[in-house]
Amino acid sequence: MTSLKIESLTLSIAGNILCRNLNLKINENECWGLLGRNGVGKTSLIHSIIGIRTIDSGQILLDGQNISELSRRAVAQEIGVLFQDSIETLPATVLETIMLGRHPHVQSRIKDNRNDHAIVDSVISELSLSELRDRELVSLSGGERQRVAIATLLAQTPNIFLLDEPSNHLDIAFQISVLNTLKSKLYERPASILMATHDINLAARFCDYFVLLLENGGHLQGSREEVLTAKNLSKAYGCEIQSIQTKENTLYYPV
Amino acid sequence: MISSRHYLLIGILFVLTGISILFSLLSGSIDLELSVVLSELIEPGSALENQILREIRIPRTLAAFTTGGLLAMSGVVMQVLLRNPLADPYILGVSGGAAVGALSAILLGAGSVFFTNAAFAGALFSILLVFGIANKFGQWSVTRLLLTGVVISAGWGAIINILLTTSSTNNVQSMLFWLMGDLSQSQVHFGHHILLAAGLTGGLIISKSLNVLSRGELFAQGLGVNLGMLRITLYFAASVFTATAVTIAGSVGFVGLVIPHILRLLGARDHRILLPCSILLGGSFLVIADSLARTLIAPQQLPVGVVTAVIGVPSFIIILRSTITK
Repeated sequence: MTSLKIESLTLSIAGNILCRNLNLKINENECWGLLGRNGVGKTSLIHSIIGIRTIDSGQILLDGQNISELSRRAVAQEIGVLFQDSIETLPATVLETIMLGRHPHVQSRIKDNRNDHAIVDSVISELSLSELRDRELVSLSGGERQRVAIATLLAQTPNIFLLDEPSNHLDIAFQISVLNTLKSKLYERPASILMATHDINLAARFCDYFVLLLENGGHLQGSREEVLTAKNLSKAYGCEIQSIQTKENTLYYPV
Repeated sequence: MISSRHYLLIGILFVLTGISILFSLLSGSIDLELSVVLSELIEPGSALENQILREIRIPRTLAAFTTGGLLAMSGVVMQVLLRNPLADPYILGVSGGAAVGALSAILLGAGSVFFTNAAFAGALFSILLVFGIANKFGQWSVTRLLLTGVVISAGWGAIINILLTTSSTNNVQSMLFWLMGDLSQSQVHFGHHILLAAGLTGGLIISKSLNVLSRGELFAQGLGVNLGMLRITLYFAASVFTATAVTIAGSVGFVGLVIPHILRLLGARDHRILLPCSILLGGSFLVIADSLARTLIAPQQLPVGVVTAVIGVPSFIIILRSTITK
């Protein structure tokens, strides 16, 4: 049972408040969407949750323990982050990269863990990367690299997934299949997910709870019905957004 | 990830190291017989040839190997720290500081002990200066470090040019040799070998963290690496390797930049493999280069830094062309 609790968190960048007094509790089996316009602080919030960004006030508790008192390794064993694109200049293959996901769990400084290969192999087949296994990262397309990044995250076997734009570069079919794979971990592990995305419809489809970051440090949170209203979204994004009801889903679009 | 291919690579490099050392011991202004080398190993003799071997060839070969190993290892670390393929041991100004120290010592006509101390002191000063400026207010970033290092290097370059243009012709000759890298005055002692061994041991202990850091700082932090500690460790380790290497042999170019790249092209990306391989290849490469520097236009000697580039450039191009990116 791994829970993440954010208590009265205030974040700022260059003197501007990103979020003020944010309280949030993410429990097992929950999938949260993190929404808000560009530069509102979605990425900063994710970075501060794992303790790699300084916060103004408040605290982050992982199973009741303050994250700043835990070692980086202990945090990485519980929380896995999918970062936005990183620039890679030194060569590596797909398999070598995914293997690195096991880093928080290394037991020997020199030897490989015995079961690491099995975990990595199953992740590779889960994300249909078998054919790309021995390819160099530089030779991959943007979408293929994103799948490698997600595979690396899955190999990390965290209990809390923080996803920063998981659908980046993915075509529509992979957006659905990759998020289905991630969401299947909610009950398998069991785990929880917090995903930051620009795609309101994707968030609405996969998430059960939402945090909507507003200008000037404000924020809303709650269920789909409470948060994803045309009025809230229009206010958050500063443009008029309406929704239509289809047979399966509610779809949001700018007017 | 380590495969049988990596063990093969290490095996080949050990053989190469053995061959290069033997080549270096046998060749020089007087060619020695293999039997002399073998008998010296079993029972030290007193003939002239034995003395040459013991007092000149062996120390010089060891100096070349240690210098090459330190430079290649420093290059590996710098490239991971800065995640820049153009990074080499000298990029952050260590060699510039050492050069100003060494050249000043030559200018003052100092003896060899003062000379090496001056070079090392100059390097140390530069290491702390760059770190102090880059680390001000704790705002460490790779870009800041790189910029600071490059700017300080340029400053040292200017001072070096002043020293060169205002010195007597006689001094300029030895200054140029030092700047290009030269092993003829080199003296290594036990401490240097200890540093090389300690560097490798320490490197192997943190090699898995190096693997993760080489894919990016955020990525490494996400996977539980304590970035602040690791960066500082790497900066000072690489700097001390470089400072020691330049103190032994001057600014030998090319080894620290290209040996890590050659090994990565040959498939050694995992630092558990890359670090020991870089010592073996960097060391044996410099041993061969120095043997050629001594013999090509004997009895005159070439600065070894010239030879490293002359044989290094074509071999790098051949390896680059023959390894096709999948």
